[in-house]
This record gives sequence, structure tokens and C-alpha cells, in this order.
Amino acid sequence: MINSRKVLETIKMINEENLDIRTITMGISLRDCCGEDIDRVCEKIYDKITKKAENLVKTGEDIEHEYGIPIINKRISVTPIATIGESCNSDSYVKIAKCLDKAADATGVNFVGGFSALVHKGYTKGDRILINSIPEALATTEKVCSSVNVASTRAGINMDAVYEMGKIIKQTAEYTKDRAGFGCAKLVVFSNAVEDNPFMAGAFHGVGEPETVINVGVSGPGVVKKALEKVKGEDFSVVADTIKRTAYKITRMGQLVAKEASTRLNVPFGIVDLSLAPTPAIGDSVAYILEEMGIEKCGTHGTTAALALLNDAVKKGGVMASSHVGGLSGAFIPVSEDAGMIDAVNIGALSLDKLEAMTCVCSVGLDMFAVPGDTSAETIAAIIADEAAIGMINTKTTAVRVIPAPGSKVGDRVDFGGLLGHAYVMPLNKYKSDDFVKRGGRIPAPINSLKN
Amino acid sequence: MKAVVTVLGSDKVGIIAKVTAVLAQYNVNILDITQTIMQNIFTMIMLVDILNSNIPFSELVDILNDTGKELGVDIKTQHEDIFKSMQEI
Repeated sequence: MINSRKVLETIKMINEENLDIRTITMGISLRDCCGEDIDRVCEKIYDKITKKAENLVKTGEDIEHEYGIPIINKRISVTPIATIGESCNSDSYVKIAKCLDKAADATGVNFVGGFSALVHKGYTKGDRILINSIPEALATTEKVCSSVNVASTRAGINMDAVYEMGKIIKQTAEYTKDRAGFGCAKLVVFSNAVEDNPFMAGAFHGVGEPETVINVGVSGPGVVKKALEKVKGEDFSVVADTIKRTAYKITRMGQLVAKEASTRLNVPFGIVDLSLAPTPAIGDSVAYILEEMGIEKCGTHGTTAALALLNDAVKKGGVMASSHVGGLSGAFIPVSEDAGMIDAVNIGALSLDKLEAMTCVCSVGLDMFAVPGDTSAETIAAIIADEAAIGMINTKTTAVRVIPAPGSKVGDRVDFGGLLGHAYVMPLNKYKSDDFVKRGGRIPAPINSLKN
Repeated sequence: MKAVVTVLGSDKVGIIAKVTAVLAQYNVNILDITQTIMQNIFTMIMLVDILNSNIPFSELVDILNDTGKELGVDIKTQHEDIFKSMQEI
């Protein structure tokens, strides 16, 4: 029968604490769309996506309506395009990106991810063409997201690719300079990329995935913060338990929506991603959770420990709530998308060095931060190399999504709009890493014993 | 299939009468009802059976939402599973 307290708690979480399903992402394999003629390949891709995802948005909206839970994004991820484009006689895949953009418009999704290449050990022909196509592809499309995996724990770090991505990020910023380098917000450089990530910009449909799949990403930093407000001053066991309990509830919501979407669309359920994904909305911030724990401002001493506790407790609570957990599963700390992080950078509490330390204990990396427009490709590559090393050594996913906003200087405000928020340009170390980056080759895979 | 109808807002004459009339009109059976005033806010929660309802569930959601607007209260109609899944193991 009715338990008023529980009903009202759920409603309050949704209405006042920004609990929502962040994304339903349909993964679609494009492996059967190969061919020599790129125009024909584009047709096949368009037809497949629009057929498979025909009812995705409508179904998402129906579930949203009937269950009263907001589902913010409906998205599509596809097989890394490098592997599909490779079959064509073409030296650019921009056409494929435009075709993906058109398919996104037709299906009504807000992003399609998978303009991607996996080059952690080396390049194929298609990988090279794809990477070279990225700047133009991201400048001429709205909804296409791109990612490149440059490192893994098993393969080490492909430093040639790291350097090249430094250059590609600079070019992408330049191609979209009229929009503050917006193209870079749709480009992620990964270490240990996962195949079933539902979140953008790094989602792609891995080669080990089925024909189609439904993956769901939950959200709810606001709910966790509110729950912690009720245990002010209590010790960390209580804090961890409170987060676990809350994460369980949030994830159950994700599991329910994932199952329902999977049944209605007749597409297998893949995973629920247990990430706490913030938005720029006040009250939807991961930084505020850390501050609720007693950190005066996100970025000061103690922040890494607080984040480690949060990240671990979210996983422990969430894992029991879902039959299959995957994706990135951890707290996100995208600087421009989190009101508390934006504020922390603005007042000088959060430095890039501290942000890097924070990425050691959570998902997913140096995300959505702005650096001065005159930052060199070599320095960006060195930032990527550092982050890739953290992922490689710790057997976890890390990523870099950096915006060298053209013409910007330290302290400038850069606006990306919507969920992508805004950022203040962060200062970088003034010393160069050029000779290090230019060495090229591969940093060998690490040893996995003697852990210290 | 069961749904939970939650009515929140300032108290006035006729809220229950109006909401139950709408439910009856669409052949929705009320299984349980609880009503209280919490911090001056009228709070009513109903568990209803919509199996024999004569309109699709999503339409009922909209109609009750409109009824709420007429009454100046907030009416939410949600599939029961959202509460069950979140609150029960």
C-alpha cells in the first residue's frame, strides 16, 4: 500500500533535487555499412541509423511522461567510424560525419558519438584519415562527437598519436574559432576507452557490442548533496553509507528506465552507467557534494580524498541496484559543466594540477576545461600524455577534453551554451615539454605487479 | 497496471471531489488513498488501478495535470514502478 514518505521522497528528488536520467543511448553497429563508394556507405549508414533509432526519442519521451522522471538526452553511439570508413576509397571522412549529423537530425537525438579511432598501439589507414578529418568534421556538423583512444594499460601510450591529437585539438579550435573553439567540446582523447559508454562526447559502439543495445546514464549530484546535508558533522562511515543508499536509489531509477526502454524498443539492455553527471544548473554539482563534506572550496587540500570516498561509495551503492553496470561509472568532474567547479576555478581554488590529481580517483579525466588560445600543440599533447599515463598505470579510463579557446587569455570567460556550460581560462605551467612530446614512439605498457 | 496520483498544493474545498470525479469518468479504480496537511500543504496520494481505464495512460497523465491547473494544485500521475523500484529491494 501507499507509503507517503517514500512517494514524497521520490517526487522531491525529481522536482527539487534535479534527479534525472541523463541519457538513454542506443548503440548501433555500422559494421554492415562498409563499401568502396563513400556516398553509398553514407546512404547505408543513414538508412540503418534512422531505421534502428526511429522510435528512440518517442519512446524516451513516453517513458518520461508515464513515470514522471525527466530523461534529458536521447543519443546514439555507432561503431568507430575509422573502421567503417576504411572500406571506402576516400581520403576524408567528413562526408560520413555530415551523414551522421543528418541522421541525428532525422531521429531527433541531440548527439551521435563514434566519429572515433582506436590507435593506442598504432594506426591503420582508416585511423589516419579519420583523425585528419576531425577538425573539419566537427566544424561542419552540430551533433557529431569524436573520440580517439591513444593509450591503454595493455598497450602503453602511443606518443605519436598523443602529439598528433595535440595538433588536431589546436586545428579544431581554429576551425571553430567564431564559437570559442566549440568543436573541441565534442572531441575526447582517451586512455582505456570503454566500449559501452552512454555519455558524450566519448561514446562509441565498441566492436564487442551486439547489433544494437540500450545503455543508460543516470545523474543526481543534487540528490547526493541533499542527503549529505542531513548528516552534517557525522563521521565518514555515515557519509559513505548515506552516499551508498542514495546512489542505490538513483541507479534503480536508471535500471527501471533502461529495462523499460529496452523492452519497448525491442533492443537488448546493455548497461547502466553509475556516473554522477553534473550540469551547470545550481544544485546539480559534484563540487558542491565535496564542499558539503567539509571542503571549503573544491580544489583545496582534502578534495582528492573527498572525491575518492564519493566515487567509491557511488559504485558500491549503485552496483547492487543494476543487473549490469558498465560504461565509465564514476563521478564526473567536467569543469565547465559543474557550477561549483566553474566557481572554484574562477576564484583560484582549483588549479589544473589539482584537477589532474582528482582524476586519479574518479571518472573520467581532465574534462571541459579551457586553456589560453596561444597554448601550443606540444603543451596540449603533454597534458594528454600526463592524463593518459594516469589511466594506463591505474588501469582506469581517463580522458582529456580541452578547449584552447582562440584569442582567450587566463581568467577569460568562455561560453559553450546549454549543458556544456561555461569556463574560465586556466593558467598553465610556463615551462615547455616540446622535446619530450616530439620524441615519438610508444611508452611501453606498465608492469601490473609490484604495485607502489 | 497501477499508478500513483500525488496531489500537492494549498487546501481548498473540493479537491478530492474533483480529482475522484475525473478518475471515475475514465473508469480508473482507486485502491488506496491517504490525505493529510503537511506544513500547510494539502497532500493527497492515491494508488489507482488503470487496467480498465478507457483512455491511454499518457492521456490520463495530461488530463489530471490539467485538472490540477484548474484547481491550482500540482497533480502528478506516475507509473507505480518508479516508486517500487526505487524504494524496495
